[in-house]
Amino acid sequence: MKYSSQMVAKPYFIFALILLAGEIVFGLAMGTQYLYGDFLFPAIPFNVLRMVHTNLLIVLLLFGFMGATYYLIPEESERELWSPMLAKLTFWIFAAAGVATILGYLFVPYATLSASLANSFWPTMGREFLEQPTLTKVGIVVVVLSYILNVTMTVITGRKTTISVILLTGLFGLAFFFLFAFYVPQNLAMDKFFWWFVVHLWVEGTWELILGALLAFVLIKTTGVDREHIDKWLYLIIAMTLISGLAGTGHHFFYIGTPGYWLWIGSIASAAEPIPFFLMILFAYNMAKNRRIQHDNKIALTWAKGTAVMGFLGAGVWGFLHTLAPVNYYTHGTQLTAAHGHLAFFGAYVMICFTMISYAMPILRGRPHGNGPKSQKVELASFWMMVLGMIGLTLALTVAGIMQIEMQRLPDAAHAVGFMETQAAISKVYMVRLAFGVMVLLGLLTYFYSFFVKEEKVYA
Amino acid sequence: MPKVLEIKEPYPPGDFAIWIVIYIELLTFGLFFIGYAFSRRLNVQMFNDSQLFLDKTAGFIDTLILITSSYFIVKAIQSIKNSNRSDISISSIVASKWLLATMIFGGIFLINKLLEFSDIFSQGFSLSSNMFFMFYFLLTMFHFMHVLLGIIIIFTIRQKVKILGYGPTDYVGMETGAVYWHLVDLLWIVLFALIYILR
Repeated sequence: MKYSSQMVAKPYFIFALILLAGEIVFGLAMGTQYLYGDFLFPAIPFNVLRMVHTNLLIVLLLFGFMGATYYLIPEESERELWSPMLAKLTFWIFAAAGVATILGYLFVPYATLSASLANSFWPTMGREFLEQPTLTKVGIVVVVLSYILNVTMTVITGRKTTISVILLTGLFGLAFFFLFAFYVPQNLAMDKFFWWFVVHLWVEGTWELILGALLAFVLIKTTGVDREHIDKWLYLIIAMTLISGLAGTGHHFFYIGTPGYWLWIGSIASAAEPIPFFLMILFAYNMAKNRRIQHDNKIALTWAKGTAVMGFLGAGVWGFLHTLAPVNYYTHGTQLTAAHGHLAFFGAYVMICFTMISYAMPILRGRPHGNGPKSQKVELASFWMMVLGMIGLTLALTVAGIMQIEMQRLPDAAHAVGFMETQAAISKVYMVRLAFGVMVLLGLLTYFYSFFVKEEKVYA
Repeated sequence: MPKVLEIKEPYPPGDFAIWIVIYIELLTFGLFFIGYAFSRRLNVQMFNDSQLFLDKTAGFIDTLILITSSYFIVKAIQSIKNSNRSDISISSIVASKWLLATMIFGGIFLINKLLEFSDIFSQGFSLSSNMFFMFYFLLTMFHFMHVLLGIIIIFTIRQKVKILGYGPTDYVGMETGAVYWHLVDLLWIVLFALIYILR
């Protein structure tokens, strides 16, 4: 570790991993409810489980990004973090607010939560992913602004690199687009517009900049390839991301009461959206091929390459499966959407957090060359368990989605099968999905175990 | 028979990355062009009637402006490429002037387009009027943004030319910008023929 202030990243990484475990457990509970509707009812109904599952995802990624930034920025800027104290304070505030919000979801009825937390004064609650009480949202803004202040001050007073500038641009975008969460129009179609301005422009816009910067950082460190070479790739990926991602928002505006031109804008721009993800694969493999050093932390490079491939599959391929308007007409809101959501979030964003954690955590724990071979072996097993688990889960959801489309969407009204009947027919597929979900959890537990693997002592 | 050795120019000109961008741009515009063609086939009469509201002369002038600007950027590159170390400062001044002319012509194109949009809007047409105007606005506005970006790129290149940043052996950056500018030009030529002329 070059700078002592990089140590502030550690609690962020640990907390992100704990939240991920929570997210998967709640996901498994939901998967069980698909099979046994009464499971955990009335203690935790499906809508609450879902809310906790998705909110944990957002919060864990924010923790992961923050930890990654606090580790990366001092090294890129060649100076200590502007204020390590602020970063530590922010961690505790964000963690406390996050835990309180999740407990609120679990133990207080959502309507009561809404009534008691100033939502009537400024209504912002009730939208998927953005269910947080208005007060929590204000807290998120304060935390994110203090985080951006800390990073910006470090960058502008230190060395400026392409990576740090792109990361900072992504962070500013993240903060800016979250502001749309504070505006909830009465008109339902308009409401969707502003909701997607947060969700889509996060995941298919600004977060991709963060992803690109983090990936480039780990690749530089583990391959020793020239910065100049990496910068060019990064600019290309970022330019493609912004162009296709911004216009690609249009694919969310199909058939919801919006003008017909969105069908064209959304379809064509979305066709270009897999391209930056494909470039990321070329980028990662090209760098690995032209590496100048053999870094001992091999598993970090495996995660980096895995992120590129899985991001392309989840966000690129599974996204494109249903972003053409004529296809989306039949697939809208089926399990195919869930398949895309799961693989995209895992492949692109959860895996980039793993990449950073796998690279940085050993250094933060006093092992500059990475964990020992035994530990890396265990981690590699966890990598494949999680990756294959998520692929299996995604394929199962894809089959479920196709069955829904075939039974409910393609036939005319007279022949379409009812919702519950369709769900009953899909139940076996849901069982497969659950089994793969368990595999992902086991993979994560194996990953946790890799931190505690003791290496055999080598005697000279 | 003795072999004649030739020094081959690097091909394709410009940075490789710009060619990836170009292929993606061609793909995207290509999808729009195909979409236009298919939609037109379904309602030829409506497309032909709507087309009458467009000013072909203005479109033709725009075409000439862009082609001329492409010639200017070629002249800028030639003046650097054909220079030698001793006269690089003079060549850079000449190149800088050609680049300025390119930017001015690009700017005139944008002003012309804004006037055209204002005229079409004042006639009551918008993206939602019909399929023809939807394609007209989407394609021309998308192209408009490309011209704007092109001017920014040329401005950046010109700044580097002014500090003698390019020389007879190092002009890849200029070619990269020029290749992009030619793409913008090419797209307009297809767009003009398809939307303004073809009946």
